[in-house]
Amino acid sequence: MAGILNAKIPEGPLDQKWTLHKESLKTVSPANRGGMHIIVVGTGLAGASAAAALGEQGFRVNVFCMGDSPRRAHSVSAQGGINAAKNYRNDNDSVQRLFLDTLKGGDFRSREANVYRLAEVSNAIIDHCVALGVPFARDYAGYLDNRSFGGSQVSRTFYARGQTGQQLLLAAYGALNRQVALGNVTVHCRHQMMDLVVIDGQAKGIITRDMVTGRIERYPAHAVVLATGGYANVYFLSTNSMNSNASALVQCWKKGAFFANPGFVQIHPTCIPVHGTHQSKLTLMSESLRNDGRIWVPKNKATAEHLREGTLKPSEVHENERDYYLERRYPAYGNLVPRDVASRAAKERCDAGLGINKTGKAVYLDFEKAVETQGKASIDRKYGNLFQMYEKITDNNPYKEPMQIFPAMHYTMGGLWVDYNLMTTIRGLFAIGEANFSDHGANRLGASALMQCLADGFFILPYTLPDYLEAEIGEPLPDTAHPDFIQASEKVKQRIHNLMRIGRRTPVDDLHRELGKLMWEHAGIVRSAEGLSGTFIELDAIRDRFRKETGIPGSDKTVNKELEKALHMEDYLLLAGLMIKDALHREESCGGHFRVESQTKEGETLRNDKEFQYVAAWEYKDSDTEPVLHKEPLVFSYINVTERKYK
Amino acid sequence: MHFTLKIWRQAGPRAKGYFEKFTIDNVDSDTSFLEMLDMLNNQLVKENRESIAFDHDCREGICGACGLYINGRAHGPDDDVTTCQLYMRRFKNGSEITMEPFRSGAFPVIKDLMVNRSAFDKILQAGGFVSVNTGSAPEAHTTLISREKAEESMDASSCIGCGACVASCKNGSAMLFVASRVSALSLLPQGKPEACRRARAMVLKMDEMGFGSCTNIGTCQMECPKNITVANIARLNREFLYCKRSDLQ
Repeated sequence: MAGILNAKIPEGPLDQKWTLHKESLKTVSPANRGGMHIIVVGTGLAGASAAAALGEQGFRVNVFCMGDSPRRAHSVSAQGGINAAKNYRNDNDSVQRLFLDTLKGGDFRSREANVYRLAEVSNAIIDHCVALGVPFARDYAGYLDNRSFGGSQVSRTFYARGQTGQQLLLAAYGALNRQVALGNVTVHCRHQMMDLVVIDGQAKGIITRDMVTGRIERYPAHAVVLATGGYANVYFLSTNSMNSNASALVQCWKKGAFFANPGFVQIHPTCIPVHGTHQSKLTLMSESLRNDGRIWVPKNKATAEHLREGTLKPSEVHENERDYYLERRYPAYGNLVPRDVASRAAKERCDAGLGINKTGKAVYLDFEKAVETQGKASIDRKYGNLFQMYEKITDNNPYKEPMQIFPAMHYTMGGLWVDYNLMTTIRGLFAIGEANFSDHGANRLGASALMQCLADGFFILPYTLPDYLEAEIGEPLPDTAHPDFIQASEKVKQRIHNLMRIGRRTPVDDLHRELGKLMWEHAGIVRSAEGLSGTFIELDAIRDRFRKETGIPGSDKTVNKELEKALHMEDYLLLAGLMIKDALHREESCGGHFRVESQTKEGETLRNDKEFQYVAAWEYKDSDTEPVLHKEPLVFSYINVTERKYK
Repeated sequence: MHFTLKIWRQAGPRAKGYFEKFTIDNVDSDTSFLEMLDMLNNQLVKENRESIAFDHDCREGICGACGLYINGRAHGPDDDVTTCQLYMRRFKNGSEITMEPFRSGAFPVIKDLMVNRSAFDKILQAGGFVSVNTGSAPEAHTTLISREKAEESMDASSCIGCGACVASCKNGSAMLFVASRVSALSLLPQGKPEACRRARAMVLKMDEMGFGSCTNIGTCQMECPKNITVANIARLNREFLYCKRSDLQ
């Protein structure tokens, strides 16, 4: 137990912790549940599943989403699949192996007990999703099919073509809809959470903005659950949906929820490369493509030059002239190394002058051999929609010419600090899914995000939240006329007023793009003390221009996308500073956090377990005071912390 | 590239709408349609004019948020794509492009190009799910489903709920939308006991929400960005009819 952080990890052997813990958790009797109100913010896989499961138990749930329907949440974009330790392929998979792969994938910067629990509940997720009617891929005998994802040597990923996230979300959204019909859940669409209301140290409600009328509204509850996703859009260009934002996270941080490992972000190796200056987002090409696609660049620079100029076609590059660099460097895992490793390797080859597109920032993902051995029909069945998406965007047919790919900002492992019960440092405020930090350490393995969201929402929070609520039985729903509610709502109105009255002509997008560029360069694939410390001045300059030059035409009493963007931007600017501070303080390399000062002779990450085997949880003080670092030491009692090798 | 944009403006659900013309220059042919609209909106901010409201989110054709009626077609001139997957190279340089919202009686305009599609949620709330409580599912492999059925269900389940079918239908019918959900579930053994109730409840809700009836024109299939076929509508009708018969018994 270090400092004020108590992770509340239960006693007992690793494989019994969750079982024993569940037995010790308090429950709320069915007769009392109808009087207890819970707010869930966000309707992605985590939020929708949590709201549905809590509704099923009989609690009263108010759900908020910023889209026009819960089904639009960013989980819908997840392509490749969801992991589970079913061992249906008889390839020696197990809960223990999924646990070890995930912990090692996160480079030993996640909590042992949490990761074990995640692996433990993974199988129940598949059972439940099948029951909900998810049309998972099947073999001819009718059994569930699997494919492989990075960072594992077994085949444990369940999938529904390249639309797994969509199908799982439709299932969770269906479960949510059922509770809406039963009257247990109320959904508020087109609402953005603006602030958390904390009364006497307990989360008691939220302030929202109705994105159609501009009304600032107050909603009370006995507990608040944050399922608002990650903060990858700090980088402007990312694979996240355009409306995904960090505002709810940042507002809760400001209200006292510690922010853990903000500098741990994931850059996905296989995305469609950046093309023009007006580009608004980047498109992911699923990691599952690396099951059959081979990544390569030419061996020599002259060939690369010809490819860049278009005087040579990739099909004309002889096999001997190609460098399948992942297969060469990591023979044991080949093209299926974890994402951070694959991203760095791509950058390394492009920095060496071997990039193959006009900008020099792209490598090939080639399906020639797979089509040759398995046939076009088989490849089409597995990845058809991805190939189509690629062709629509780039105007190139991946059956004729290899895909061009490059790493892009994708996911954030950091998030609000939570204990084993998924409660933040504010009592009554819970964080689930990508919004929390606990399971993926310094790098998340592919197909684990969907698993974590549904684990948190379906199988963990519905057990741990009642334990908190039990003490609240009999407590009346807070009055929205309480001074803390009024103060929070007035503050939101003032904040909007301040932004509207800047009244200049610079679009928020322009400033956001600058912020993104800064973050990508210095807090991206590769980081250095010099680069990171140099960003503070530039960050201040962008912040200053934002305050003085932003233009938000129109009124705040109607749909106003520019106002929404400005509110998000203000929060990104604050969070960016924290991310840099965190990345700067962690003088080691681990997972996706690669500090040039800390690497092996072969250019791999070099951890410093002695000094940095901890979770960095940052406390917000006020706008004039630097955030304060609290450390939660990571104790590994059941595994040996080793060098993370994929060779 | 440069274009003249003729865009539907409407301040609110009850306000009178009108077309407003804009010009835009220096558009790269690789720019997506929505990025072109971003450029226009940024241009408007610089002129201190109110930007154009439109729905969008994932920008990779899966969330179903975006939907514009472009030159008289839902999601524009390309087949099998959503508005966000449309690229400016598809348009003739210097041409005029007309943009309207997804118009339909059941989709009231919120502002400019943004419409209210919450009626879709209400239809799904009426029965578009399998009623299974968390924790009560059997082991996944106790339910075997042939690959063909799973694939067919997946085809139906690819609907993104964008509303192009409704906006293109001269009757403003939501049959393709309802049929896709009903089919996706009815092709699977899960939830069979409630199949009859599901079809009936969803169709009744669809009527209640003010959508029109289906007269087998097939425009919905033509304009669906996800290739949902009218065969699903036939399946829905079958489910519905069985349902009525069993009701009578």
